[in-house]
Amino acid sequence: MLDIKNLHANINGKEILKGINLTVKPGEVHAIMGPNGAGKSTLSSVLAGNPAFEVTEGEVSFYGKNLLDLSPEQRSWEGIFLGFQYPVEIPGVSMVNFMRAAVNEHRKYKNLPPLSASDFLRMMREKREVVELDNKLANRSVNEGFSGGEKKRNEIFQMAMLEPRLSILDETDSGLDIDALRIVSEGVNKLKSQDNATIVITHYQRLLDYIKPEFIHVLYKGRIVKSGGPELALELEEKGYDWIKKELGE
Amino acid sequence: MQNDKSNNIIEEVTGNEYKYGFTTDIDTDIIQTGLNEDVVKLISMKKGEPEWLLDFRLKAFKYWKTLEVPTWAHLTIPEIDFQKISYYAAPKQKKGPESLDDVDPELIKTFNKLGIPLEEQMMLSGMAVDAVMDSVSVKTTFKEKLAELGIIFCSFSEAVKDYPDLVKKYLGSVVTYRDNFYAALNSAVFSDGSFVYIPKGVRCPMELSTYFRINAANTGQFERTLIVADDDAYVSYLEGCTAPMRDENQLHAAIVEIYVHDRAEVKYSTVQNWYPGDKNGKGGIYNFVTKRALCKGDFSKVSWTQVETGSAITWKYPSCVLAGDNSSGEFYSVAVTNNYQQADTGTKMIHLGKNTKSTIVSKGISAGHSQNSYRGMVKVSRKAANARNYTQCDSLLLSSTCGAHTFPLMDIGNKSAVVEHEATTSKINEDQIFYCNQRGISTEDAVALIVNGYAKEVVNKLPMEFAVEAQKLLAISLEGSVG
Amino acid sequence: MDAVKQYIDLFEQTKETINNHSTDIMNSCREEALHMLKKLGLPSKKQQKYAHTDLEDYFGPDYGLNINRYPIPVNPYEAFKCDVPNLSTALYFLINDQYYNNEPHGTKYPDGTFIGSLKKFAESHPDIAEKYYGRLSSKENDGSVAINTLFAQDGFVVYVPKNVQIDKTVQLINVLGSETDFMINRRILVILEDNASVKLLICDHALNEVNFLATQVSEVFVGEGAMLDYYELEENPANTKRIASTFIDQQKGSNVMASSITLMNGKTRNNTYITFSGPGAESHLSGMAIEDGNQEVDNFTFIDHKSPHCKSNELYKYVLNDNATGSFAGRILVREGAQKTEAYQSNKNICATDTSHMFTRPELEIYADDVKCSHGATVGQLDNQALFYMRTRGLSEDEARMLLMFAFMSDVIDNIRLEPLRDRLRKLVEKRFRGELAKCRGCNECRPEPK
Repeated sequence: MLDIKNLHANINGKEILKGINLTVKPGEVHAIMGPNGAGKSTLSSVLAGNPAFEVTEGEVSFYGKNLLDLSPEQRSWEGIFLGFQYPVEIPGVSMVNFMRAAVNEHRKYKNLPPLSASDFLRMMREKREVVELDNKLANRSVNEGFSGGEKKRNEIFQMAMLEPRLSILDETDSGLDIDALRIVSEGVNKLKSQDNATIVITHYQRLLDYIKPEFIHVLYKGRIVKSGGPELALELEEKGYDWIKKELGE
Repeated sequence: MQNDKSNNIIEEVTGNEYKYGFTTDIDTDIIQTGLNEDVVKLISMKKGEPEWLLDFRLKAFKYWKTLEVPTWAHLTIPEIDFQKISYYAAPKQKKGPESLDDVDPELIKTFNKLGIPLEEQMMLSGMAVDAVMDSVSVKTTFKEKLAELGIIFCSFSEAVKDYPDLVKKYLGSVVTYRDNFYAALNSAVFSDGSFVYIPKGVRCPMELSTYFRINAANTGQFERTLIVADDDAYVSYLEGCTAPMRDENQLHAAIVEIYVHDRAEVKYSTVQNWYPGDKNGKGGIYNFVTKRALCKGDFSKVSWTQVETGSAITWKYPSCVLAGDNSSGEFYSVAVTNNYQQADTGTKMIHLGKNTKSTIVSKGISAGHSQNSYRGMVKVSRKAANARNYTQCDSLLLSSTCGAHTFPLMDIGNKSAVVEHEATTSKINEDQIFYCNQRGISTEDAVALIVNGYAKEVVNKLPMEFAVEAQKLLAISLEGSVG
Repeated sequence: MDAVKQYIDLFEQTKETINNHSTDIMNSCREEALHMLKKLGLPSKKQQKYAHTDLEDYFGPDYGLNINRYPIPVNPYEAFKCDVPNLSTALYFLINDQYYNNEPHGTKYPDGTFIGSLKKFAESHPDIAEKYYGRLSSKENDGSVAINTLFAQDGFVVYVPKNVQIDKTVQLINVLGSETDFMINRRILVILEDNASVKLLICDHALNEVNFLATQVSEVFVGEGAMLDYYELEENPANTKRIASTFIDQQKGSNVMASSITLMNGKTRNNTYITFSGPGAESHLSGMAIEDGNQEVDNFTFIDHKSPHCKSNELYKYVLNDNATGSFAGRILVREGAQKTEAYQSNKNICATDTSHMFTRPELEIYADDVKCSHGATVGQLDNQALFYMRTRGLSEDEARMLLMFAFMSDVIDNIRLEPLRDRLRKLVEKRFRGELAKCRGCNECRPEPK
């Protein structure tokens, strides 16, 4: 479904991604690991189309479409979901209005009529249960005044609402206690199917105890320097990132 | 640690009044009071000026005559009779001092009393000083050492003689004589001042400083400072001032112009301590000053820091014109008014270039019957893409009879601008005073302590020596303000 | 100034006609206004207060005036159905500056209450009218107020006696209708005696797209412990100019919510003056403006904290598009002795284009020490982070912008104390941002949506 070839990207003239190659197929779960500053979050931002980054080279295709030609919202309609490391607070915009607008835009793209208010609320209720999100949060402004855990649960809740084909979860585990981590991970696992795929971006092994990826990639200095199975994550946990640096002869 | 230090300072100064209020008995060459074209010519002649400079003065004088005294500030200014002021007073000297031996010993004593090192031996203090008494530059120290680096630091008159091309090029390029009433007046009658030129790529290794002293009675002081920082240059410049205690008001109308080229940086710090008048508002200096910097070059930077504690009336808006792309301007100010002092001060940040940035931090402290106003303007022109400004201006009130006012204007003509202004006004926190009292600190000391903390953000921007002086001044200025 | 002379001449020529069609109390204020106008003229742009509004441009052109009070053949009930759903209001109309003589159906007020024509009130309650009319407006040296006083012949009055609460919201609709360029001078007088309360909603609409100049002077007296809601909603076409001055005097413990909302306009200048004459009073002042095209809006507010223990809270927000110009000047004066004052002011603006322009001048002038005052002002743009976040959820850029602009305005709307009006405004503001209110066709857009 996703094919990344030799992807280079800049922010403010500084090159962060220096030739990424990655292929993801439906039903797969990939983990991208790496030390701070390796370019993990940049990769997720670029895939979601953040205008702050400039793609200078390379190709990204998603189900045969050139992803780089699409606006962030078009990518969303195609089924790409980005779970933000730092979900943005939007004062004054209620979660309900926000999600209704999002869901209906997706439906419009699929030539479906907008959901009625009652159907929409029913859908909200069902999906909320996936991550045990408090009803109260739905009436508040988007992410405003949410705790760290609530924000992350809210991200997974939105993922459940939008039913993406590819979810990119950027450091979803950061700032979570064990209970929240369990809830978030269970949410992700419940949403997993043969038809969708997940890319988990993380610094630590911790999250991978709950979400079990088949493929592990190590991102370092803007490149994927090592790929392997689940055993690679354990090795990293044990030896730390210095081991990678040493292997690269640094 | 900081508190201990502040405490010591306060202890040290308790009981001090305006300690610079002495006069010096010195032979002074004063011209008759009054102002007309002949006086302008006389000043120019006494200084042996070239014709272009006299022309400049005369043009300014002609323009000044068409102007009226500005009244827009939040100040009550008694009518000033410009014919009752003498426009030139100079310590009598046959020639300019060649070495320290040529300087009148009384003068050296005066500056020593003020704590201004004129002697080269004071090298350890690491500061080059230009001392200006009654409008005339008395002595500039460290000139030779600076000259080795190509830095010019001399009195304005010397600069006119020795570097006429530089002066001609930059004089009036930032503050034209048409700028305002007092700028026009200064341009017509300015007597001396300081000139600084930092050549390309040179970082000035020491603080440059001018110390202004008004001594003679019934005179006005009209000095002019011109600082030019060429590409990639850097300089930090300090300005201090004092005046004797006199019952009548004296006028000080200065101009400071700063011209900053590509990637150059100028820091300009002022500790303004003109005689503020007595407890009943009698006497004191009228400080009507025009200060402006032109950030002409790309990535140029200017930072104004001022601690204003003196003067009966202050009318002063050190400003930045951010013309170069990526240039930035800063304004940090503490203004303290007590008794019957009035201050109307602030800044203008004019964003013209792209990616320009400005920061304004203003702290006003009012006590007694004083009036203290912040007046500011942030203008973002249509072409100034991505301009950023942040303004924070706070006022602290120490009595029920004083006033604290905030008059900002934002004029924004660009969609990518982000401009923020925040202002608060409040009384000094009684819980804090009580807390200090409980720990055995008197209310007066507690106020000084709290005020120093309040002003810290600004005072910390000053060079070390000045910061200490500024802290003392804050404490002294507020003496007797707590009932 | 030529414009001024034109009005002075007109007044001197038509004085008798004006007076004959008005009432003694209104007539008695004209000479003083004339004197003031002759002396001061109209404020010029050189004066800081009017630095961003050119009154010559307002008053300079020729307009017709209906000094002879010819009736205007409009049935407002036919032309306007501006009822806010779920808010059953008592409806009143001023057609141009004439009171539309029709009592709202089925509205019974407690004894002594008078809501209706100012002219009639002056005749039936001369003592009260004389006590209040012109008392606040004459103190302000503003030529535009003087012109209104010169030419105003009628207007609208709300008089609520002591301890009377009016539950039903009073709605006044100002209808502008003329085939030729036209000037309207209306007058509003609101008197709340001690512990009285009323909610007032004033809407501006124009029927035609000729050049209108509407001047409005409102004098509002709020007695001890009285409570007033005063909302103004402007939806005028682009060639309308409006200059309104509202003077509010608050006695001890009174509470006022005043809001001016500029949804559609040509050029608008609103002056709002609040004076705390007694201690412990409270005011909430808010406003918003959504501007595009070549629209201009200029809000000037002046809050005079004359008495201790009063609280004022001010919030104004603008969104400027195209070539729009916005100005805000808010002056807060805390006088000596007005201890325990709390005064807060906030002005936030979005310039959405490089050709829009915003001036903001928040001012604090404080002569008492035991106070808590603050003001903040910002000019900025929509949060790019938030925009991106919303787009990753599938919202189109336009939709995301719209939601953010709407959210930007939401706290002004949330401040409004009338829930049905809040709901209505949410719809109107959203429509406005979607460009669906691009042309105000009378009040068609305000009609409740079909269920």
